[in-house]
Amino acid sequence: MQIDIKTADIKPIRNTFDHVAKRLGKDKPASRYQEATFDIQPETNFHYRPLWDPEHLLYDRRRTAIEMEDWYAFRDPRQYYYGTWTITRSRQQDHMEKNFAFFEKRRLVDVMPAEWRNKVATLLVPIRHAEYTANLNNCYMSAYGYGTAITQACLYAGLDHLGIAQYLTRIGLAVSDGDTAVLDAAKIAWTDDETWQPLRKLCEDLLVTKDWFELFVAQNLVLDGLLYPLAYDRFDTAISRHGGSALAMLTDFALEWFGESSRWVDATLKTAAAESDKNKAQIEQWANAWGTRAIEALTPIAMAEFGGEGEATLAEIRAELITRAKKKSGLDLQ
Amino acid sequence: MSRKLNLRERYQRMTRDLAWEPSYQSKSDIYPQMEFEGIKIEDWDKWEDPFRLTMDAYWKYQAEKERKLYSIIDAFAQNNGHLNVTDARYVNALKLFLTGVSPLEYAAHRGFAMVGRQFAGVGTQVACQMQSIDELRHVQTQVHTISHYNKYFNGFHDFRHMHDRVWYLSVPKSFFDDAMSAGPFEFITAISFSFEYVLTNLLFMPFMSGAAFNGDMATVTFGFSAQSDESRHMTLGLEVIKFMAEQHPDNIPIIQKWIDKWFWRGYRLLTLVGMMMDYMLPKKVMSWREAWEIYFEQNGGALFEDLARYGLRMPKYWEQTIEGKDHITHQAWGIFYNYTHAAAFHTWIPDDEELDWLSAKYPDTFDQYYRPRFEYWREQAEAGNRFYNPTLPMLCQTCQIPMGFTEPGNPTTIGFRASDFDGNRYHFCSDGCKDIFDNEPQKFCQSWMPVHQIYQGNCGGATVPDVLNWYHLNFGVDNFDYAQSPDRQHWQQWKGEPAEESDAPDEAA
Repeated sequence: MQIDIKTADIKPIRNTFDHVAKRLGKDKPASRYQEATFDIQPETNFHYRPLWDPEHLLYDRRRTAIEMEDWYAFRDPRQYYYGTWTITRSRQQDHMEKNFAFFEKRRLVDVMPAEWRNKVATLLVPIRHAEYTANLNNCYMSAYGYGTAITQACLYAGLDHLGIAQYLTRIGLAVSDGDTAVLDAAKIAWTDDETWQPLRKLCEDLLVTKDWFELFVAQNLVLDGLLYPLAYDRFDTAISRHGGSALAMLTDFALEWFGESSRWVDATLKTAAAESDKNKAQIEQWANAWGTRAIEALTPIAMAEFGGEGEATLAEIRAELITRAKKKSGLDLQ
Repeated sequence: MSRKLNLRERYQRMTRDLAWEPSYQSKSDIYPQMEFEGIKIEDWDKWEDPFRLTMDAYWKYQAEKERKLYSIIDAFAQNNGHLNVTDARYVNALKLFLTGVSPLEYAAHRGFAMVGRQFAGVGTQVACQMQSIDELRHVQTQVHTISHYNKYFNGFHDFRHMHDRVWYLSVPKSFFDDAMSAGPFEFITAISFSFEYVLTNLLFMPFMSGAAFNGDMATVTFGFSAQSDESRHMTLGLEVIKFMAEQHPDNIPIIQKWIDKWFWRGYRLLTLVGMMMDYMLPKKVMSWREAWEIYFEQNGGALFEDLARYGLRMPKYWEQTIEGKDHITHQAWGIFYNYTHAAAFHTWIPDDEELDWLSAKYPDTFDQYYRPRFEYWREQAEAGNRFYNPTLPMLCQTCQIPMGFTEPGNPTTIGFRASDFDGNRYHFCSDGCKDIFDNEPQKFCQSWMPVHQIYQGNCGGATVPDVLNWYHLNFGVDNFDYAQSPDRQHWQQWKGEPAEESDAPDEAA
């Protein structure tokens, strides 16, 4: 038997906002991602030129060499707006909290060979400074980029990088029984040791890069695309072979994040490159130039990690990035 | 030996310790905006982190709040929660909020991303970045909450397009454009201190309390959910001022000038909120006058007593706001009553009970200056002559509100001020707005003045309907008196109330 609950007949007069309906092609119910994203950034009739950049408007398409007919052509395949982003991260964070607790409770640090514990402290922990650079760079893209579709995702990425820098800090403390000297040593290595200087120089050069989309390519495609496979994936594999597989529990967030973030980075570059040959050539030129520099910067680290196999490992990682860029974004990198 | 770090040490290690002294690039190239405003920072390490949140804790707290909020918004939509508001007139307050305030949350998001990148200290950067993403949260949750109202009421449907164009929305828009186009230290003084710390109880809270009093469970839930973000933002505002003041005595006169400017900018902007409190809420929370007394005169007064030790004083012209609290909301509602044919929300004459409430709340001014005006307009409307002002008003070059505020000490004379700059004459509503212009004429002569733009032919055409079309304002639907509005008709159908006879929209307008 069917039961009908009587309700007042209240019909909506429209289904979504006009600017959303225009993009959907008709007035139909829109997703929360769409309503939170489309056309949310001011477009026109700005009152004052910025004192800090009088050549440009407050929001200005010309802060990058990339040209788009519509800056809302970008879609985040993860459909992140603040709510879905923060809820996803909180779930991952719960998981990581359990991992850290398990690692500490079972004293898994004791089963790591001293040599590899030392490698974690000297070769993984200093990367937190590079993660902080990535935080500032994505904050820059969010601040000076164009269109909420891309700028909101940059801020999520920026704070994700801060989170990863903080996990690296915790990893340092976890492998040293809470001795903060490990962090001090890692920072001295970052500022003074030869191994880290090329990467630190690269980071400082990124911090003065003005074109925000160039920064997106250099940081999010190139540097992340080489550093994550090297510092997390390959390093995890090597340490696992030497009795340190527990480390993977502590770097889980970073690796999972890299896979997820890459989907967004690839989709973004695919859209920008598909827009015009000019965009495509510009992105390729940036990616190649920064790619060469990033390989140079990472070489001493790869050598310290893998000795004689360092360069070959890095070459393999670069080849993977070239394949990924071709397959996912249609870019021809060298 | 295993050792637990205390909260302060832990935060220090997780955040402050990430930065290093650069040597391949100069600090002034990495942070190029640190010098030009004249603020001197000698030691960024003296920055006291106002809240020590690491990302793990941030995600945990915020996700909990988001889960709760969205489940309530969903339930609200499913149960046609909009039918539970006191009266459809209330929804006009939400229209003002979505078109006027939510875009400011977005502007704050971008502005804090800018300063979160520009400040040279990592503690300050992270505090600003967290505020940036909180503000993104606010604009998005507001859009999601009010999305339901958009499905049943008019005036919300193209809020972003309107924010960039509609005349009265240039008041809030120019406020944030002004802050964002300034340097990072002025931005944070303007927004974190003058706005968030000194005035937020007069912006955000009246809307949220108004929602609570008027049965709007969706908006009030959003308000509660944002409250803990707001209190973090207020703490940041106070820290910013103390930090700058303690870094160098040369900073004091600069900060004082900004406090003077932004207090007055904020006060003018809040006129719109005060008008909402006194006129647009069917069930009133408190009068503008009462709110100003509590949140500015008492709380603000105590704050500035505390800041006196730095050599900071009350903002210039604060005395004028004490007199103004008895006038500005009535004058503003009068302006919108005149121009509601060009607005995306409805106006109306308060009913007798509401007029009595206003008389009681404003015993020194309402009966003498404003009640007769409203009663006359009501009489005229009842006789079929609902008045719509057919000419465009002159706007103040600084705050961009039509020049309808009266002279201090003389409530029957409209205040006018003027300045000459670069061969042109500019007009202002008050001494405060004139001072702001005179301090930065090269900035404020650029203002995108809606009325000038209409007369220059940049707004769709020469007639009111042309301009409204350019605004994407649906003529006869979004605008005019509430009495004739489709909103009201729908409301009466949904609630099963008998439709009253009403006059057709006045096409003469």
